[in-house]
Amino acid sequence: MDAEIIAMLGQDGVTNGAIYALLALALVLVFAVTRVIFIPQGEFLAWGALTMAALESGHFPATVWLLVGCGVLTLAVDGFSATGRRSIGRSLLWNLAYPLALAGLLWGLSLAELPTAARVLIALAIVVPMGPMLYRVAFQPVAEAPVLVLLIISVAVHLAMVGLGLLIFGPEGSRTQPFSEAQFELGSLMIGGHTLVVLAASVVLIVALYLFFDRTLYGKALRATAINRNGARLMGISPALAGRLTFFLAAVIGVLSGLLVAPITTIYYDSGFLIGLKGFVAAIIGGLASYPLAAGGAILVGLLESFSSFWASAFKDVIVFTLIIPVLMWRSLTSHHVEEEE
Amino acid sequence: MSNNNVLEVKNLSVAYGKVEAVSGVSLAVGEGKIVTVIGPNGAGKTTTLSAIMGLLPSRGEVAFDGSIEQVPEVERMVVRGMNLVPEKRELFGSMSIEDNLLLGAFQRHRSGKRDHLETMEEVYTLFPRLKERRLQQAGTMSGGERQMLAVGRALMARPKLLMLDEPSLGLAPLIVREIFRIIAELRRRGVSILLVEQNARAALQVADYAYVLENGGIKMHGEASTLRDDPRVIESYLGLGSKHQELLST
Amino acid sequence: MNANTQTRAAPGAPSRLSPKLVLGVFLVLLAAAPLVLPEFYVTLLNYVGLSALVALGLVLLTGVGGLTSFGQAAFVGLGGYTTAWLTTAQDLPGWLAFIGSSPWFTLVAGLVITATVAVILGSVTLKLSGHFLPLGTMAWGISLYFLFGNMEFLGGHGGLSGIPPVSLFGYELVNNGQFYYLVWCFVLAALFTTRNLLDSREGRAIRALKGGMVMAESMGVDTSRARMVIFVIAALHACAAGWLYAHLQRFVNPTPFGLHIGIEYLFMAVVGGAGQVWGALVGAGVITVLKQWLQDILPKVFGSAGNFEVIIFGVMMVIVLQRARDGLWPLIAGLVPVREAQKTIDPAATPLVKKPQPPMGETILEAKDVTRKFGGLVANNNMSLSVKAGEILALIGPNGAGKSTMFNQLSGVDTPTSGDVLFRGKSVAGHSSREIAGLGMSRTFQHVRLLPKMTVLENVAIGAHRRGSKGVLPAAWRLDRDEEARLLREAAVQVERVGLKDFMFAEAGSLALGQQRILEIARALCSDPCLLLLDEPAAGLRLKEKQALAELLRRLKSEGMAVLIVEHDMDFVMSLVDRVVVMEFGEKIAEGLPAEIQSNPAVLEAYLGGV
Repeated sequence: MDAEIIAMLGQDGVTNGAIYALLALALVLVFAVTRVIFIPQGEFLAWGALTMAALESGHFPATVWLLVGCGVLTLAVDGFSATGRRSIGRSLLWNLAYPLALAGLLWGLSLAELPTAARVLIALAIVVPMGPMLYRVAFQPVAEAPVLVLLIISVAVHLAMVGLGLLIFGPEGSRTQPFSEAQFELGSLMIGGHTLVVLAASVVLIVALYLFFDRTLYGKALRATAINRNGARLMGISPALAGRLTFFLAAVIGVLSGLLVAPITTIYYDSGFLIGLKGFVAAIIGGLASYPLAAGGAILVGLLESFSSFWASAFKDVIVFTLIIPVLMWRSLTSHHVEEEE
Repeated sequence: MSNNNVLEVKNLSVAYGKVEAVSGVSLAVGEGKIVTVIGPNGAGKTTTLSAIMGLLPSRGEVAFDGSIEQVPEVERMVVRGMNLVPEKRELFGSMSIEDNLLLGAFQRHRSGKRDHLETMEEVYTLFPRLKERRLQQAGTMSGGERQMLAVGRALMARPKLLMLDEPSLGLAPLIVREIFRIIAELRRRGVSILLVEQNARAALQVADYAYVLENGGIKMHGEASTLRDDPRVIESYLGLGSKHQELLST
Repeated sequence: MNANTQTRAAPGAPSRLSPKLVLGVFLVLLAAAPLVLPEFYVTLLNYVGLSALVALGLVLLTGVGGLTSFGQAAFVGLGGYTTAWLTTAQDLPGWLAFIGSSPWFTLVAGLVITATVAVILGSVTLKLSGHFLPLGTMAWGISLYFLFGNMEFLGGHGGLSGIPPVSLFGYELVNNGQFYYLVWCFVLAALFTTRNLLDSREGRAIRALKGGMVMAESMGVDTSRARMVIFVIAALHACAAGWLYAHLQRFVNPTPFGLHIGIEYLFMAVVGGAGQVWGALVGAGVITVLKQWLQDILPKVFGSAGNFEVIIFGVMMVIVLQRARDGLWPLIAGLVPVREAQKTIDPAATPLVKKPQPPMGETILEAKDVTRKFGGLVANNNMSLSVKAGEILALIGPNGAGKSTMFNQLSGVDTPTSGDVLFRGKSVAGHSSREIAGLGMSRTFQHVRLLPKMTVLENVAIGAHRRGSKGVLPAAWRLDRDEEARLLREAAVQVERVGLKDFMFAEAGSLALGQQRILEIARALCSDPCLLLLDEPAAGLRLKEKQALAELLRRLKSEGMAVLIVEHDMDFVMSLVDRVVVMEFGEKIAEGLPAEIQSNPAVLEAYLGGV
């Protein structure tokens, strides 16, 4: 193993690690605000990537139908528990009018000729709204349930989404065009343009999230909910609002990660889960509470993965997922005292 | 419902499982008045406030600012101008004092009223200490400062009715005096206040009207100045019987 | 745990069926099934049985214990692969070859391996909060799945074939009909041992894990051990199912041991009703049959092949957890009215051994300069107090004075920042509440902590946990009945002593708040303490009940019990106790006889407040 291979593996590891870091941040965020362990994060990644692939090949993305279906379901749930005419109006707008308008728009456009930026926006516009809809339908009715129940629901939603993914995308995988084909030479090392895009996008996104949480009222409201749910309620920050906003952000991160990862590896309908789980290992390193630790853990996971794929490629997933055991052991050594589970 | 009442509660009952903690409580808060609910521990004071605010499911009628809430819901009550400073304060410990205050104006800001900077200045004039420490984390403050921040945070919403749950709880006498001075000051500024207190003397001193809650029901009510001298109030607190009333009334 | 969930069952009502009869009918139907059903259904029932075995472990783990695992399929795989490899591999070293010579030996080997893995996995995750265990098992489940698929000697993704059949008394079980009886013997054995276990001393400790851990620890239950026990039991059930699967299929590959199957097992437990052992059967049946049917029908509907049943399962799970968190079993149980079997209390059982009571006047508990700080807040400052045998001491003070914090320092729930707590002359500050309970201190809680679904009798019996010793295995096979009768008798005595005799078999959650407080006293007494710590015992009691409680406490005092009581009802306190300690702002402001305290100006100031 020479320096060149090490540099190459390191580059791979950091690139993947940056994507895991994004996923880990989303997982920590969702858990802190809603106590949901967001297993379906990976499905947003896969749906984003495969929607992009469909757009690139000029096909009408079938995820639009999922959006319409999701919207109708959300509208129905809203209808059953309506509190006022105004809220029903808003629900109609977002859950029925918006998906149908989007479907109509895409029907009219000639998808094959769109510029990349437009495709990115469309992929986001289709998949991201399903985040808050999912919260409304699956989690909001049981927002006060124990973490364990929320986790099982989360797994159930993941399973249903994988099945739906198979139904609309089929078993074939897709790879999308890289955002940049350029190659840069740095000494003896070749750096791919897409690698730089991934790193830059991750950094921009992380900084944007930081600014959102540090500077904006809504970002602060989410933090407040995570710190003290009762206190936040007394300020009129409803858990439902916080939940929908959080799931929106998680969906944005999921879809963007999908767009970034799809040019690197072939994405199948069920690829999201494994990628998401690696984000999880990182999030667990951060104890589902610390953002910087989780991001650091993600880079570690990325590097571990790329180096173990060189040494023992058949066992790379085994190695990454077994990492969780020493991490948990370390965490369990630092916690004691019997406490009640909520 | 008479026009000069901000809050009118009729026949409010709350049950935890099969146990009724509050039954058939009726009370009213007049516009610009301080009304206090006093009573021994476990009488149902906090439960009553929580139910009015919509934190707990209840039966009965809550009329606020002229319209009846069938099912009070916290977020809606906040939008309509009711704010509760809970017994536990419920601050955002790892956020700065300023952010805590800012979040107090969340609903107001959301409904398009962007006057939080002015309000914050007003809060700071009321609590200069908070201004001195505005970048400090809320969790690092002393008990008295926490209470001030909790009140200040609630004021950021410019409430029509401020409900205070045991604001003197666990505070040293000097700070208790300060808190009650501020409560009196707030009334001068036109805020109606529903005050729940164990510190009966201080509460009766500052209030216009008072209710005595015991075992989940209103046992007495009347002008605060009248109740202040009622021996039964003292009895229900200490259970001492008549022999100590003399001593207490001095 | 009872098969019947109807709580207000009128005992002996003629319209209800005897549980024995219902069980008998079920067993006869089960035994006759392979004789009358076509082959296809017998096969299906075999798979229902295998799944039920795994789901049963999850019922214990998730439904009863409040923990969960998505990785049970991996434990199934451990059982399956252990036997598959040992019975098919050539050129094994001598001792391994010997184990491989009979499937019965490989079953034992598989169980040992599984238990070892479960203990290791459990010891790293069980101490963490509840969601780390499922996440850990998820990651671990995937690892093991990839290992099975990548190990050369385990046949890679192709798997291992040529596994020999199981033989019983020289008779080989080669077809589905024969294997059926083996599978269901395992299932029934697991079902009844689990039921027995839950209805025992260890079982009560396990049932306290969900929502009663702090209480259980103060009653002397080692909750970490109890969690480990159910985690290992669940793993062993899964392992046995894997062994059966390998010898039924005579072939193993990694597919049925993947994470998605692990999730399916959890679904079975939840859909069936994770709280009851019979829920596992129902869930396994429903999911297995539904899966079979959906795999037939969905590809035709959607026009392409694939595991589309997961969509239905996922949606079904969400609905079940939102609408009927107890699963299907309570609905089914409601259709067959089974009479509830009531526990019998044997008055002739030998009483439990009592510790000798310390002599009257001996100092039992002494706090010396206890200080507790939380960050910048000083909750307790230099607090000292002592309680003697045969004395009732009251700790009073206005709300927020730091009484509860003090209580926690004394009972081992929390550790003082400085200062010491002596129990009968021995320092206990910083010791766990379990250890302190073992020394003879027993407590009640300000916010009642009991298990609302358990009967009053069983709740009280938890108090006697440390006075019994029979473990999990004797409980599972009902070798603990002597001890159990003695424990229940003791519990019944305490229930009668506090005056709750009429509610002996009522669900604790159906009692009024005041009665629940009294129940906590009975539970505390059941541990044979020499010191009682009572946190607001009179709150919510009616006058008559208060008088009865005072009477009880006076009697205990005359028997030499030391009692420390935190209470707000001054009438109650002043007429009952020997001495009073008054707290304000975390400090002691007065101490003395009730009459002195009542006329102490500082105390009056603290209570009524001053402006």
